[in-house]
Amino acid sequence: MEDKKRARIAKRIAAELPENAIVNLGIGIPTLVTDFIPEGKGILLHSENGFIGLGPAPAPGKEDPSLVNAGGHPATIVPGGCCFDSSMSFAIIRGKHLDFTILGALEVDEEGSLANYTIPGKFVPGIGGAMDLSVGAKIVVIAMEHVNKHGAPKIVKKCTLPLTAAGEVNLIVTDLAFIRVTPEGLVLEEIAEDTTVEEVIRNTGARLIIAEKLGRF
Amino acid sequence: MKPVKTPQQAIESIKDGASIMVGGFISCGRPVPVLEALFEKGVKNLTIISNDTEKEETGIIKLVRAGRVSKFIGSYIGMNRVIGDKMNSGELKVELVPQGTFVERIRAAGAGLGGVLTPTGLGTAIQQGKEVLTIDGHRFLLEKPLRADFAIVRAARADSYGNAFSPGSSKNFSLAMAMAADCVILETEEIVPPGELDPEKVTFPCVFVDILVPVSKAAKGDSNGR
Repeated sequence: MEDKKRARIAKRIAAELPENAIVNLGIGIPTLVTDFIPEGKGILLHSENGFIGLGPAPAPGKEDPSLVNAGGHPATIVPGGCCFDSSMSFAIIRGKHLDFTILGALEVDEEGSLANYTIPGKFVPGIGGAMDLSVGAKIVVIAMEHVNKHGAPKIVKKCTLPLTAAGEVNLIVTDLAFIRVTPEGLVLEEIAEDTTVEEVIRNTGARLIIAEKLGRF
Repeated sequence: MKPVKTPQQAIESIKDGASIMVGGFISCGRPVPVLEALFEKGVKNLTIISNDTEKEETGIIKLVRAGRVSKFIGSYIGMNRVIGDKMNSGELKVELVPQGTFVERIRAAGAGLGGVLTPTGLGTAIQQGKEVLTIDGHRFLLEKPLRADFAIVRAARADSYGNAFSPGSSKNFSLAMAMAADCVILETEEIVPPGELDPEKVTFPCVFVDILVPVSKAAKGDSNGR
């Protein structure tokens, strides 16, 4: 996907984050959200390997081997941050103290179930923190391409891949659409500025309820 | 006061078939020198309990590649493909556990608890074969405690009683592991006399530590996962 489209997804998600939110970002498109979080809103990033206040990558030569991000790369901690062990980190996650988790996905379905950790027989890197994050965070946001590399919908009626979590997703933001998961089903609230409702429906494998006031992003 | 040993002396009682918890997140806080000594010793049929592995050919990866590990319990095996390859060829049993469940099962063992009730994994493959309990109207999976014969962990600074401090994100799984193993080997970059470690800044209370192993900072084998 073009960088411009990935950036648009990240920018739209960043606009959802309220003041003082504690947010965990997954790898891939979710990481790009950092670029669009305005300063002065008091938003802090949680890094599940043991701190709140994840900052930008350190300058070359300034790496601290005892401070890495959830991908194992050198990190910094911003003023106001704090460190803890993994037990505390996941207590923060499962105990509903984390406001947002932004995750990538292989499939998401009408019930808000999510599959993102394995393709049996092909890809088994493990679970990491994804199951805890999707069960524990107050709001679970999926940031992904609308279709997979074969052009098939990633938003489906029922996930076919092994689930990361059942019925936990709240928002899905793609290069085409902003969709809210509700008890009635998936509500298409906004579409990207360069698409149409018809194109979104054609590329979605689940039923979409079109919002009365459809926005653009 | 805790005995101060070399990596080779510290692992003397580790025999074939031992279960070993290893602290660290990718390369951060990874106790590489003691793992290297374990590799040199040649023990085999090990169960390694570690959240993940290093990316490069050190520590756990060397043990797995040499066929010394028969079972790996952790949350993530994507850092170095040797784990997945050995799993697919049937040489290595792998038990994948969600990361939060992993650390809390270990902590439960160390805290004298009979298990953990967690919502993580409900409705997924993780639920298979496990009891589901409803407490105050909420459903939870019963996850059993996880303990080991040994834990190998790392800190930046320890005093001679075994109190130790780990900075930044290097604490990760090490404290829980130090609580849940029969013998805890703590690598430390510095050993100071009692009183020099601020009691308010102790990551590992001394009660959890059995053996101190001084290691140099340079021996960290830390390339930060790059």
